[in-house]
Amino acid sequence: METVACPDCDLLQTLSPLPPGAKAHCTRCGHVLAKRPSGPQDLPLALAVAAAILYIVANTVPLMDLSVVGRTSSTTIVGAAWEMWQLGEEITGALVAFCVIIAPGGYILFMITLLVASRRTPAPRWVGEMLRWASHFQTWSMLEVMTLGILVALVKIAELAEVNAGIGMFAVGGLVLLIPAILVNFDPHELWQRVEWADGEMPPPQADAPRPAPTP
Amino acid sequence: MTDTVQTASQAGLVSCEACHLLARPATPEHPGFCRRCGEELEWRRPRAIENTWALVIAAAICYIPANALPIFVSIQLGEEEPDTILSGVLFLYTSGSWPLALIVLIASVLIPLGKLFALGYLLVTVQRGQIKSGRQRTRLYRIVEFIGRWSMLDVFVATFTVALIQLQPLMSVEPGLGVLFFAAVVVLTMLAAESFDPRLIWDPSNPTQARHG
Repeated sequence: METVACPDCDLLQTLSPLPPGAKAHCTRCGHVLAKRPSGPQDLPLALAVAAAILYIVANTVPLMDLSVVGRTSSTTIVGAAWEMWQLGEEITGALVAFCVIIAPGGYILFMITLLVASRRTPAPRWVGEMLRWASHFQTWSMLEVMTLGILVALVKIAELAEVNAGIGMFAVGGLVLLIPAILVNFDPHELWQRVEWADGEMPPPQADAPRPAPTP
Repeated sequence: MTDTVQTASQAGLVSCEACHLLARPATPEHPGFCRRCGEELEWRRPRAIENTWALVIAAAICYIPANALPIFVSIQLGEEEPDTILSGVLFLYTSGSWPLALIVLIASVLIPLGKLFALGYLLVTVQRGQIKSGRQRTRLYRIVEFIGRWSMLDVFVATFTVALIQLQPLMSVEPGLGVLFFAAVVVLTMLAAESFDPRLIWDPSNPTQARHG
């Protein structure tokens, strides 16, 4: 049993160990306090490695090419952001690059690193820090929005020219499915319980008794 | 403890924003640092109401040029044709793909506006100390948090249209200033949602609460 405060409404409640595939909701506001994935423990790592491979393909191979009266043009993800930068929209170009290249890449890289490092208990302290960064990257990773954006752009362009999807586009499609799959199968709560504490102590077997924080 | 409704701050405890470990604060004024992850402990996100208002107002201001200025300009055989968000929706509608027109309308017009109104409503009800409909308001906050990213849609539409249609001198598309303001609206509303603290919705219903903020 562990006592937690709901992050959304601050209500104190006790959590008992969950069976696989179960979720615990806050009794007052309904926030998911804890979940236990039903898949095997190494599944998130396997999914993250697969995502890394697709990420490399998605970023190196053209997404699509366009042809009109004998002239062709093609674009990669980086190429599209760079085009915006060159045409005078530096901030938008940088933002697009952040949301669809840096954020998903950082998320995948950090998840692989922390999942490998946390295979032993106690997990090293920096794993916690990296987990926080990974979740920030995840918030700003917008590959699924980009995919819909490309679809809309293609419908507009289809009136003017012939467009063919490239291998890069299929890799993006795979990533859009894999990234949420990592999220669903990964349990941050379980990892935090195995992380080495910042005050130098080992994680206690019963982490429920709130102890005083050190003075600043 | 499961029977009595009590919050962490009523019990004199503070939970870490990063790793959710419950801790007894060092002093009420300066709760100190989390023993597990080292993050600075806070009763509530600092200056949540002021910061969220500031970001919401900034986003509302940017929303006007985002709609008035062109997102991109098509240049075909020397003729320039500016495209705003609404004209893009109209184009999709008239060219027969009304489902996409609806998606763009929702993502680019309804979601940003809805987010601004929803955050404004949450801020006003928190400042008035409203107790009722806490659960619904928390759900509204979660929807705002979850859906915010989708209004980035038109920024990606513009980026890929511009990147693909570079067939000079026949036809080319250049980005307009509207796309910058539109991206600003999305980023500012996402930051506004992050800086708001949903626990403030529930604080008025915890009468013996001693402190927050």
